[in-house]
Amino acid sequence: MILVVDMNSKENPFGFHEFVLPIVSIAEELEKCAVQNYLEVDEASLSGYDKIILSGSALKDTVTLDQTARFRWLKDCGKPVLGICAGMQTIGLVFGGCVEKCREIGMTDVTTCKENILFSSVFKVYALHNYALVPPAEFDVLAESASCVHAIKHKHKTVYGVLFHPEVRNIEVVKRFICAFQVNRRI
Amino acid sequence: MDKQIVFAVSARITSYISALPSKGITMRLGVLFSGGKDSTFALHKAAEKAEVVCLITLVSENKESYMFHTPNIDVTALQAEALALPLIRQLTAGKPEEELDDLDAAITRAVKDFNIDTVVTGAVESVYQAARIQQICNRLGVWCVNPLWKKNQKALLEETVAEGFQTIISGVFAYPLDEKWLGKQIDKDLIEKLVALSEEYGLSPSGEGGEIETTVLDAPLFKKKIVILSSEVEAQGNSGVFKIKEARLTKK
Repeated sequence: MILVVDMNSKENPFGFHEFVLPIVSIAEELEKCAVQNYLEVDEASLSGYDKIILSGSALKDTVTLDQTARFRWLKDCGKPVLGICAGMQTIGLVFGGCVEKCREIGMTDVTTCKENILFSSVFKVYALHNYALVPPAEFDVLAESASCVHAIKHKHKTVYGVLFHPEVRNIEVVKRFICAFQVNRRI
Repeated sequence: MDKQIVFAVSARITSYISALPSKGITMRLGVLFSGGKDSTFALHKAAEKAEVVCLITLVSENKESYMFHTPNIDVTALQAEALALPLIRQLTAGKPEEELDDLDAAITRAVKDFNIDTVVTGAVESVYQAARIQQICNRLGVWCVNPLWKKNQKALLEETVAEGFQTIISGVFAYPLDEKWLGKQIDKDLIEKLVALSEEYGLSPSGEGGEIETTVLDAPLFKKKIVILSSEVEAQGNSGVFKIKEARLTKK
């Protein structure tokens, strides 16, 4: 079962429908899903899930970037993780990276830098962010736009991040992540 | 474009949704309002969570505008009255990109006059519209929320009917639609016909690609409903509009 972590602050009651529900709808075509707000997730609550997707959030909602201590479980959970936008930024911060101002709003071209299971070549994505991630050293850069890093993978863990929003125009990225780590499937 | 996402989520997700906060939200919402089904439905969804304090309408002189053109934009004044909400009405020449300055001005006015901190849009699929509105809101420091974002179009149409919306087709702009569709009320039968056409001809059933435009005559939050007194059809081939020339509000 997939855990989709809702990265929206309680301040924005509309974030779930815009940033989480589209991911759930893609994921539930392939596997059972559950959703928890990031405030409710800890090591203990992860049992029963075999992979985790961290959602994005609204442009004004950067609350998770200031609460990285809540995400320490990412380091040792041992499960495949895909972070989307705020999810990727949070992953990067937890592992020692930093964020810097970089605004991209709308469709943009992204170029694959390193072969991976999620995408290949040059492709168009929907971007919605004011900050980009400077990835920590233990991550490989998988893709970049003209402005910033758009996808990362931990060198030794199955922890991925994409800055773009695959639920908008690249749903196959979410599907490939789920399929690659389905139980009983050989990768 | 990716295959439409169908929002038929499991009971686990439904229970998460029902536990989301719906009280105590302090956002003050300004709704970008064209008077069609999407912006009106977005208004209804937004009003479930926070206070809608004004409507914002861009009146475009450019029939080809990707951002704002809609056939019965003047009816928004009656709709605003029906909703008992103030309406900010901003004229725009509708030139690409320049019209965004007019949208910026309208939102700025809504912030100043009504102290809004959030803009609500009826965007469903259009990244063109959504991104441009996000850019303006981002610059002005207000939230931009899209309650219908990525919603399945058939489900969206069905929900509006189930919730009691009276919506008519007020514009058609794609083959094989023609003047026979103009003025028709959206109901279950009409949705089935639109879906059948979408499967055969690749149309977006709810007009996300600009194939149809709609006008809402009644909705749950309307305190009165709109009655059309006179109208005219202007159509040629697969393009036409149902122009409401005279209308009034009446008791529901």
